[in-house]
Amino acid sequence: MQTYAQLVPLMILIPSIGAFINFFWGARVGEKWSSRIGIFASALTFVVAFLLFSYLTNNHNEGVIVNPAFFDGWIRIGTSVEIPWQMRVDTLSVTMMMFVSFVATFIHIYASGYMHGDPRFTRFFAYLNMFLAFMFVLVSGNNYLMLFVGWEGVGVCSFLLIGFWFDKPNGVGWKNSNAARKAMIANRVGDFGMLMAIFLIFWTFGTLDYYRPGEIANVELAEEQAHEAAAEGEHAEGDVVVSEGEINTEAVVEGEEHTEAAVVEGEEHAEAVAEESTEGEEHSEVVVDEAAGHVEEDAHGESAVPHYTNNEHIETAQLGVFGQAERMIEEGREVDFGPFKLPIKTVIILITLFLLLGATGKSAQIPLFVWLPDAMAGPTPVSALIHAATMVTAGVYMMVRSNVLFVNAPLTSFIVTMIGATTAIIAGFIAMGQWDIKRVLAYSTISQLGFMVAAVGVGAYGAAMFHMVTHAFFKALLFLGSGSVIHGMEHGHHHASHAHGHDDRHDDHHDDYHDDHDDHHHEAEFDPQDMRNMGGLRNKMPITYWTYLFGTLALAGIVPFAGFWSKDEILADSWLAGLYGTTGLQQFSGFIALGLLIAAAGFTAFYMWRQMELVFYGKPRTEAAEAVEESVPAMTIPLVVLGFFSIFIGFINTPSEFLGLSNIFGKGNMIHFLEYTLQNAHPYAPLGGIFNPIIGFAALALGLTSIFLARSIYGHGHALTPNTAQGRDPLAANPDTGAIWSLANARMYWDETYYRLFEGPFNRLSKFLADTLDWDFWHDYVHNVVIAKGFNAIGRLLSQPVDLGLIDGAVNGVGRLVTGFSGRLRRVQTGYVRTYAITLLLGVVFVIIVLLLPMLQRNG
Amino acid sequence: MDTSALSLITVVLFLPVVGLIVLLFMREEQAENIKWTAFGFSIATFIASLLLWIGFDNSEPGLQMVQRLDFLPTFGISYYVGIDGLSLLLVILTTFIMPLAILSSFRAHVLHERGRVKLYFMFMLLLEWAMIGVFVAQDLFIFYVFWEVTLVPMYFLIGIWGAEQRVYAAVKFFLYTMAGSILMLLAILYVGTAAGTFAVPEIIAGVNAGTLVFPFSGLLSLDPVSVQSFLFLGFLIAFAIKVPIWPLHSWLPDAHVQAPTAGSVILAGVLLKMGTYGIVRFCLPLFPEASVAWAPYVALLAVIGIIYGAWVSYAQTDVKKLVAYSSVSHLGFVVLGIFALNAAGIQGGILQMVNHGISTGGLFLLVGMLYERRHTKALDAFGGIWKALPLYGAISLIVTLSSMGLPGLNGFVGEFTILLGSFGSEVLGFFFTLFATLGVILAAVYMLYMFQKVYMGELDKEENKNLEPLHWQEIAVMIPILIAIFWIGLQPAPFFSTMDASVNKVVRDVEVYFPENADTVALSMGEK
Repeated sequence: MQTYAQLVPLMILIPSIGAFINFFWGARVGEKWSSRIGIFASALTFVVAFLLFSYLTNNHNEGVIVNPAFFDGWIRIGTSVEIPWQMRVDTLSVTMMMFVSFVATFIHIYASGYMHGDPRFTRFFAYLNMFLAFMFVLVSGNNYLMLFVGWEGVGVCSFLLIGFWFDKPNGVGWKNSNAARKAMIANRVGDFGMLMAIFLIFWTFGTLDYYRPGEIANVELAEEQAHEAAAEGEHAEGDVVVSEGEINTEAVVEGEEHTEAAVVEGEEHAEAVAEESTEGEEHSEVVVDEAAGHVEEDAHGESAVPHYTNNEHIETAQLGVFGQAERMIEEGREVDFGPFKLPIKTVIILITLFLLLGATGKSAQIPLFVWLPDAMAGPTPVSALIHAATMVTAGVYMMVRSNVLFVNAPLTSFIVTMIGATTAIIAGFIAMGQWDIKRVLAYSTISQLGFMVAAVGVGAYGAAMFHMVTHAFFKALLFLGSGSVIHGMEHGHHHASHAHGHDDRHDDHHDDYHDDHDDHHHEAEFDPQDMRNMGGLRNKMPITYWTYLFGTLALAGIVPFAGFWSKDEILADSWLAGLYGTTGLQQFSGFIALGLLIAAAGFTAFYMWRQMELVFYGKPRTEAAEAVEESVPAMTIPLVVLGFFSIFIGFINTPSEFLGLSNIFGKGNMIHFLEYTLQNAHPYAPLGGIFNPIIGFAALALGLTSIFLARSIYGHGHALTPNTAQGRDPLAANPDTGAIWSLANARMYWDETYYRLFEGPFNRLSKFLADTLDWDFWHDYVHNVVIAKGFNAIGRLLSQPVDLGLIDGAVNGVGRLVTGFSGRLRRVQTGYVRTYAITLLLGVVFVIIVLLLPMLQRNG
Repeated sequence: MDTSALSLITVVLFLPVVGLIVLLFMREEQAENIKWTAFGFSIATFIASLLLWIGFDNSEPGLQMVQRLDFLPTFGISYYVGIDGLSLLLVILTTFIMPLAILSSFRAHVLHERGRVKLYFMFMLLLEWAMIGVFVAQDLFIFYVFWEVTLVPMYFLIGIWGAEQRVYAAVKFFLYTMAGSILMLLAILYVGTAAGTFAVPEIIAGVNAGTLVFPFSGLLSLDPVSVQSFLFLGFLIAFAIKVPIWPLHSWLPDAHVQAPTAGSVILAGVLLKMGTYGIVRFCLPLFPEASVAWAPYVALLAVIGIIYGAWVSYAQTDVKKLVAYSSVSHLGFVVLGIFALNAAGIQGGILQMVNHGISTGGLFLLVGMLYERRHTKALDAFGGIWKALPLYGAISLIVTLSSMGLPGLNGFVGEFTILLGSFGSEVLGFFFTLFATLGVILAAVYMLYMFQKVYMGELDKEENKNLEPLHWQEIAVMIPILIAIFWIGLQPAPFFSTMDASVNKVVRDVEVYFPENADTVALSMGEK
């Protein structure tokens, strides 16, 4: 069937072509066309993503599987392993595609201004397009291995883009490439977890596919809807509909009685039913359930194709990973790994723990987050696109995608919550002590990713996705804004020094900005990213200022900006998890998450407003800041667009409880959209909404308080003195807070600790293994001394009694070869050939004799 | 099937010899003609080997295109060649790498300095003949002859056209391999006399039918009747030295570092695979019981090799040595896959042999190009090369990533299937895979270190600023490698399907002896 869904390979193909053109012909088409190709490719992917979206909305939001043409299979080993190139269009993947392609398009436009004049301009656009292609491989794949292809692919693009300026002088290039390498290696540690998880998944379920064709992702929702439709149909046509959804009704009743989550209760119930009815039956794979398992005939009777509302008709082995996981849990199966057996619950905990390791790498969580702050060495559009809006959310996406597994692994979910919430607060704390404008945002990104991860941990998968989307907009905006500021500062510095005649080598050529940065003789002292050098930019770059303000308010969670809605949904769900969690562990983690995240939200508002004060308010503290001008339209237009969405994007998921806003914007649209794919988009639906007014306003009050606090510390007359070199933070100057601030400023010594614990010992052991053990001992001593000398000694021993001239000759031949090679090449060479020929002949004679002996014996 | 009719295999096998004879009649002064003649014959061999693939029947597990001629009938020795799924890809790998190695030597400065162009290319063709022979021989004796003959040209390639310590390296390479071969020779003689024939398929058939029994009673039983373990080890040690399996790798860095570029490419690309191929071809089917019993121990050495090789690689200061040690790590994966003793592991192992040949061969070619320009291989001598040679840098990046096992490129497919296989293996399992997978992290550590040191950073050394751009021949050498990297990475299915039937046969023969099947084996033995 030809549908819009079949277009999904284009999501990968279009940016690939863009990258291809820019790689091979970029230099020929020039800067202008190179950027146009890149922007066009990115914009086209948004169009395709939108078509996919409209396909879904027109087709009951039911996910479909697409096999791309020409790529029918991938890894296929006999009948045992079958891993295809296969794509999935469902509400989750399309959500990812939509916001990634949208944000990416505007970042491409921005980059055409920001990167203007860079000698590798076209390469930059090729990389960006290549990144997009891999990002879409990541989100559109229908199996874990395709996810992994995209996963590593975006990692390589990240590596290339962090190290984009690998050749800058004065050691900057080396630093950049170090940052790139660090990112890749930290991610590889995570990839180790991904691989182990993939192996476990494969040997547990025999497949890596998320879903198989015809499988329904969210059975409960499908049955509920079929039930409703049937009820309507009953009224309209009087059809008798096979009774459905008994579980659901029962579950709701029970849920109310026991004040527990209806969904979970329903599952337990189903399990009990299954156990009863499968007793003594051979086909324990097929779950027997009285209420379910019936085929729903098409209401209008037009089509003979049965329309299934559940997956009961599919054999377990034919299901995807998630469907199988649920059934195996119901049946309480054991998994046989050859040398050992494990119960399925334990296996899922192991799988999710390994997946979590992968996520901590890609989504920069404790303990692997250290690469992300360094990744700011890349050009700012890269920081915005890859290291804030899209790639780093891949870990969260992967966990949301695997929600069925995480829901069934309470222990892992607890650890996930702890990691997320701790990361959120620690990164938020560190951000308060940074001077580099991009570093603040980097730690802020880590902190916000911590929010999303914590949301996954408490089971609020929809909230995690919602925050991911809003965050993509306002964090991309903030990074682009910071890029605009940095650009302005470089520009201003250039003018200021030019005016003073510090450096007359440069003509006033716009193209030289990036080289500028390093060519100036006193450039090393001036850091255009250091907020101490800024101040008072509000009037100098008004567009940047206003959009940055919107981004800040959105990030700080001030109503009605986007971050307010998404952050409060996470907080509300944490609260619900704390109240109604199915296990004590979940309840505990819910409350912990709530506490830590609210505190982190306070930090967020504080460090963002500190940044506002240092960058935009007060008076310019350097000549460079004095000379700053607004950036070009190619840069400011994306700021305006993203600024607009930073205000309004939150309304895609408006809560019904709030001031009747849902009358205008619809009620929880995004959650409902995701529910078609995610069973657990909002698991607490019957118990509470996606918004909790008390928590929401408490967080808002805390945010506002933090802003006022930051304003009182950094604003007004308390701003830093123009003396930038010694510019001290007011908190550092204050004896009460100085020590704590220094800890934040030193980034809590994470890097140093890692160096001492891992990198140093690793390097030392490497040197020891290579030089001492492998070379001095094994290579030189054992081989050259023990073996060679022993060999010679035995040779002498043997040769004395035997005393064959031929053996002597051979030994001498080798000796001659060793001693006098260079001068007498030819003579020695021929001499040796002869020796070798004799040896070989001897060998052959020997072989024949040995062969002959047994034959003779046999014959004789 | 008429096994005496001229088989395509014989054509593939002897085309290099024809070339060698042609070269024999050319004069040393005709250097250009010699080069192109050698190249022409290697290309012809490659094309002929592609015909092998085209004519190959994927569904047939046994030998195909067999040719058998009596050679020494008294001793049961025959010229017996044929291919199956285990050898097809390796034959093609050989014929694929050789033209590249030959083309890459055209402009090598050692060839200009030391001369003897004719001899050089004759050795190349001799080497090609012997290597193809190793992969197609189905007679243990013929196999052994080919196995030993590969040493000769390689010995001279290193010894005459190698770097400063070439003689030491050549002698070490020769003696080390020779020492292992002697053990194998003894085992071959025992097997051959016991079976009354050296024809491998017949011996294997005997082993499977139970008519030829190599008694097995424990790993190192001193029971004089229990020979299987020792025969297995006789073969295995010879192969282990060639691979090399840790800790028998000491010859490798010397040979790799001292060999001329083409020599390193062939060493890494093909010669090392003779060892891993031998394990699949001989150790597993001939001694299935010993293979099962020894599997965890060999796999343990393989895993140690994976981590050790990577770790040692990271500390190297010489680019070539770094890549050489990386081979120890990569081939550890191959050995691990083979001793997983299941379809995924062995197929992944064979594919990874091909992948390693392509990627590491490619890396040596790239290092060689740098060496031609700078006459040094020290890591510290470089930096920022990507800026000086953008195209070269881009190609190097792809090959480096392929070697690192980036998904979508060839190395990943092999590594992944090996690890998948070892995870699901009846004889290995979780912990082997856990530690082997750590090698994936380490691969990134040393490969990126190398890449950063050579290609990234500031272009601050004067000597590096005006490097000669890539010659068209150098680009031509890399293009087939890049194509192979992407092709296998994206569509490995055609490669897997060639091995499927043959590998399954090996697996079926071996898995009878798995511990959990032991009871049924005993039962069926009792019935006999």
